[in-house]
Amino acid sequence: MQILFVAAILLYMLSTAAYCAYLFLQHERLQQAGGALLTAGFVCQTAGLGWAFAASGHVPVNNLHETLSVAAWTLVAAFLALRAKFKLKILGVYTAPLAVFVLLAATQFPREPLQPENLLKGVWLTTHILATFLGDAAFVLAAGVGMLYLIQERNIKAKTRDFFFKRLPSLDLLDTTGYACIVTGFTLLTIGLITGMIYAKIIWGRFWQWDAKEVWSAVTWIFYAVLLHERLAVGWRGRRAAIMAIVGLGVLLFTFLGVNFLLSGHHGQFTQW
Amino acid sequence: MDKIVLIGLNHKTAPIEIRECLAFSESDACTALAGLCAEPSMDESILLSTCNRVELLFTAREIPAAIQAAKTFLAQQKQIPLADFEAALYLHQGEAAVRHLFRVAASLDSMVVGEPQILGQVKTAYRLATEQKSSGVILNRLLHRTFFVAKRIRTETGIGDHAVSISYAAIELGRKIFGSLEGKRVLLIGAGEMAELAVEHLIRNRVGQVVVANRTLERAMVLAAQYKGSAIRLEEVAEQLGRADIIISSTGSPEYVLRAPEVKAALRNRRNRPLFFIDIAVPRDIDPAINDINNAYVYDIDDLNTVIDTNIEDRRREAVKAERIIDEAVIQFRQWFEGLEVVPTIKALHAKIRSAAQAEMEKTFQQLAHLNAEDRKAIERMMESTVNKVLHDPTHYLRSNGCRGDRSVSLDVARKLFKLDE
Repeated sequence: MQILFVAAILLYMLSTAAYCAYLFLQHERLQQAGGALLTAGFVCQTAGLGWAFAASGHVPVNNLHETLSVAAWTLVAAFLALRAKFKLKILGVYTAPLAVFVLLAATQFPREPLQPENLLKGVWLTTHILATFLGDAAFVLAAGVGMLYLIQERNIKAKTRDFFFKRLPSLDLLDTTGYACIVTGFTLLTIGLITGMIYAKIIWGRFWQWDAKEVWSAVTWIFYAVLLHERLAVGWRGRRAAIMAIVGLGVLLFTFLGVNFLLSGHHGQFTQW
Repeated sequence: MDKIVLIGLNHKTAPIEIRECLAFSESDACTALAGLCAEPSMDESILLSTCNRVELLFTAREIPAAIQAAKTFLAQQKQIPLADFEAALYLHQGEAAVRHLFRVAASLDSMVVGEPQILGQVKTAYRLATEQKSSGVILNRLLHRTFFVAKRIRTETGIGDHAVSISYAAIELGRKIFGSLEGKRVLLIGAGEMAELAVEHLIRNRVGQVVVANRTLERAMVLAAQYKGSAIRLEEVAEQLGRADIIISSTGSPEYVLRAPEVKAALRNRRNRPLFFIDIAVPRDIDPAINDINNAYVYDIDDLNTVIDTNIEDRRREAVKAERIIDEAVIQFRQWFEGLEVVPTIKALHAKIRSAAQAEMEKTFQQLAHLNAEDRKAIERMMESTVNKVLHDPTHYLRSNGCRGDRSVSLDVARKLFKLDE
């Protein structure tokens, strides 16, 4: 299992190298190699996580090490799905190093869970965890696409034709992709929140108990809900949508990690080390 | 290889006044080629004439005589004194001629490096030559190599990438904004050659409806009919912004035709779908402040020219790669050409037949194990003399001047007949 984890990191690193080379040299093969290496790493990591899941019967998110590796895994999963749908090859330059970074961060924390929890079993909870993580991953990608949008928009507005002008796709593609990421992320987050509430009702007898994590999850949800509403109602697109996607990432990160470190509440074991 | 000669002039050596006097139309070129066929000092010839160059490519039987003949031929055909243009002529021979032709076809020698038309023009010149049967083995091979090299350069280097004209630059930018231009609506304000050219390019990129606005409705209607679009008055332009995606403006108006507040309102109405303004007018039609509005992009003529300049710079860099490909191709062509010499062909022919005989003999010996050393010697001798007899006449034919006229034809046939080039 450990070997699979290490193999995944190495493959993600190679993928990062291939994507960086692609950024500079623009050879189609490099991009394909980057995608293939990332997929290979993903397969390794999936096998490792599947093993852990089969052994314990729950998604391995019992300490910070596990949580971060699942986060990296969902990020790569979301990117591979996005790659199949949109022609946004260059985004690998953002995803692959990010996955490496998160996994390397994970290695800094002990692997053994502090307390084996029985709390984490059951179909509601599995759905809750997977949907929330995947939704978050989609938002992370949306922020990445937003950054690319801002770079390209600045190029076109300032009429500079620097390094990135040629390498980045059209504004329209970036905008559409970012929007698709946010719609997907929002849908998954909604599913994650609903299943989480159902689970809370089963375990604690209440749907909602104003726990810090719950409140901040609701804040995140509302943030993206407003973003989507404004886009559909008044056409918040382009630059503003891109900036909001990046701001959204900040809110998301605070909910994901900040709440656990700075505030108290349940979901605590999630980031223990 | 020295007998391949190229003589000509181009935009670098001759001014337009001389080039237009020397330009050959297709029918001119046909009669000229027929005349060249009759020229005793030349074997094969091709005449390339475009607005930027006139070049005569030929293989010479007697080089100095042929060069002189070519010069007088150009002067006579166009009935201008040779002295008027002789100074502008350049002369390339052998490898230099081959390299020059490759560079021309690959558009490295063009006024706008990387422009795509020249390859088509070289192809036309070659077609005329084959129709008049003025090209032969050497030039056929050379031209086929030329097309191959030009194509390879186009696919392997970025020499043809990036726009180098105003309308192409506008389209390239449009693609960076909209992704695909398909179905995007175009609003043309005013008229003018450059603006109309840009609209035509856009139509070729399958844009949607075209709306034409003009100070006089009549003029607008004429243009609209041409683009199968609709015509509006200049006063209705602001209203149209809700529907158009690409606005090309080229009016003679001394003031801005569109200002920031109008565009801001229009963007609200169109829910911020992007607007791309191309301002070709001087003085400008589109308020530059519009570029500061989100989802509105304004490029004026200077911006487009800057785009073109940087693109030309990029092409120059790609041209270095192209030169390398050409160097390789010149070497390959020289190898083929040298193969057309008598001795290498005869050597290759002998080697081929001998190795086939040797291989067959060894196969037979394996099956006939009972033969003793003397039997084997006898069979080997028999095989050797058969090979020599078979090769005697073709060798003699290729060596002697028995093949009348152009020996390279016979050599080429021999190489093809026995597949010696593989």
